Amino acid sequence: MVDDDRDKTKKPSHKNVGDRPVYPTLRDRESVAAHNPVPPLTHTHRRHAPPLYGVMAEYDNPSDLVAAARRTYEAGYRRINGYSPYPIEELSEAIGFTHTSLPLIVFIGGLVGAIGGFAMQYWIEVIDYPLNVGGKPFNSWPAFIPITFETTVLCAAFAAVLGMLVLNKLPQPYHPVFNAPNFALATRDRFFLVIEANDPKFRHDEVIEFMKTLNAQDVIDVEV
Amino acid sequence: MHTTSPVIDPGLTFASVTDKISSIVLKRRTPMWWFVGFVISFILFQLMLLTITNLVFVGIGLWGVNIPVAWGIDILNFVWWIGIGHAGTLISAILLLLRQQWRTSINRFAEAMTLFAVAQAGMYPIFHLGRPWLAYWLFPYPNTMGIWPQFRSPLMWDVFAVSTYATVSAMFWFVGLIPDFATLRDRARSKPFQILYGMLAMGWRGSARHWHRYEMAYLLLAGLATPLVLSVHTIVSFDFAVGIIPGWHATIFPPYFVAGAIYAGFAMVLFLTIPLRKLYGLEGFITMRHMHNMAKVMLATGLIVGYGYVMEAFFGWYSGNRYERFMIWNRMHGPYALYYWALILCNIITPQFLWIKKVRSNLLALWLISIVVSIGMWLERFVIVVTSLHRDYVPSSWGMYQPTQWDWGMFIGSIGFFFTLLFLFIRFLPMISIFEMRTILPEAEVEE
Repeated sequence: MVDDDRDKTKKPSHKNVGDRPVYPTLRDRESVAAHNPVPPLTHTHRRHAPPLYGVMAEYDNPSDLVAAARRTYEAGYRRINGYSPYPIEELSEAIGFTHTSLPLIVFIGGLVGAIGGFAMQYWIEVIDYPLNVGGKPFNSWPAFIPITFETTVLCAAFAAVLGMLVLNKLPQPYHPVFNAPNFALATRDRFFLVIEANDPKFRHDEVIEFMKTLNAQDVIDVEV
Repeated sequence: MHTTSPVIDPGLTFASVTDKISSIVLKRRTPMWWFVGFVISFILFQLMLLTITNLVFVGIGLWGVNIPVAWGIDILNFVWWIGIGHAGTLISAILLLLRQQWRTSINRFAEAMTLFAVAQAGMYPIFHLGRPWLAYWLFPYPNTMGIWPQFRSPLMWDVFAVSTYATVSAMFWFVGLIPDFATLRDRARSKPFQILYGMLAMGWRGSARHWHRYEMAYLLLAGLATPLVLSVHTIVSFDFAVGIIPGWHATIFPPYFVAGAIYAGFAMVLFLTIPLRKLYGLEGFITMRHMHNMAKVMLATGLIVGYGYVMEAFFGWYSGNRYERFMIWNRMHGPYALYYWALILCNIITPQFLWIKKVRSNLLALWLISIVVSIGMWLERFVIVVTSLHRDYVPSSWGMYQPTQWDWGMFIGSIGFFFTLLFLFIRFLPMISIFEMRTILPEAEVEE
């Protein structure tokens, strides 16, 4: 019944913030290592880094992404998500997202439309404003069927569209993944896999090491 | 088996599909022919506004309608436009459910055509009311007059059918556009367009969870739109078939109207796509395969329509009813006989050329046939509406109908409005569904 989507948009709860390590981005660390003779900041003097949304791997084809998503799921990560320029059935299976309550919502919408449409006509034509039309019975139900059908379809269609938008939490003007430099290509020809920081198994360094083994073009941090 | 041409050019990639289609919308330079077409359409559109203004001041006596022909070409045009719209829904919904991949290149455009055709259609009955400012009386809302609409009338069914159809078509179209708005948002270079497309995309980011629900919603909408489109033209045919006028009161009307609608709609899709693919160089997306398939659908539905005509004549004769017999005789030999025979020529004889593969492969021939069929379907509605009404049971109530310049003004004006909307559409929105095109590329296949 409940949608299987503990979504990534939830900010990490307050008590977690203290436990989390500080996340300088990969790029920072590499540039520090390469160009800066000064040793990295020590534990006591670390700067305040922005909170982390997750770690993102980039792919240039769907097969690598799906394979990587499978391995990530098998490795025990659950708050993961893939981003692709077109719907990939295998991908949502790979991240363990196969159930949606949308059909039920649409069914309820259709039911409301059917009952509401017929009840409206019955109440008007039989109870509130009975008219004798050509000697037909007040409850001439076959004549009410076309409008009942139309209201059924109308309500079900609204349920489908609004249900999809609400479950997807759209419209949503801001999302952390848009911070990733190459993410504009997610609507062209690039594919992305994200392990979110609020995954119970999330350890920053481990995740980065793990994702580097997944055949990715690039692995980066995504800030909130 | 003949080797069939591919659905899309095999050389295309994610990047080239995305860039090609989005560049049509995003590039700064607008082609000259676009301005020419848009200005002509827009001028014709003014004719409609002029007609409507005059109509609201004077009343519908401005049109040639009177008793006995109280429904002239204005109701005819309503049926004609809404029929054209049906091909869009057929392509986007029914062919999706039937897993016809070739629909992908033309569904967005056909859906836009649906929406704009329904917008034209909807205007006719409203202005035909005589007091269009009271059109909202058609909807059941609690009012101080203490009255309600009469739901046993097909005209009420029509209100619900057409308004539902317009709403669901618009939603289906918009949902299909969301991922493409995101593509345009990410491709647009100027700030205003980034903001505009960004707002329309509503923050779409191609998340796998989103896609999963999206696909489900899209499939369910297609499943809902399929019976809906059949119901709409069925109900439109009830407007006639429930009446007792000879020539209207026939059980064959619903299937015959639906087939006619698809027939006319495919003719319009062909009429529009043949020049458009040439002008924008979209031959790689809308291939000869599409042309062949659309021609075949047109031929098949044309034959169903032809069967309808034959059955109408047969029923007239077989009924043994003198009024029914007279109606058919009057169609063939009466004052409007020319319309009837022109209709037979346009709708039954012309599409027979589509049996020939050479004709199906010849774009000019296809384009001309699509024009002839569009005219034929207009004539069909003329024969049904006008010829049936002008001579009913009592000769003393017979009359003739002649459309006035204002009837034509409304019709030509609505064609102008239709093309105005269409020109704006091809300039500002992707006319081919970008994300669905990506799904049918060879590289979209996931190898495991």
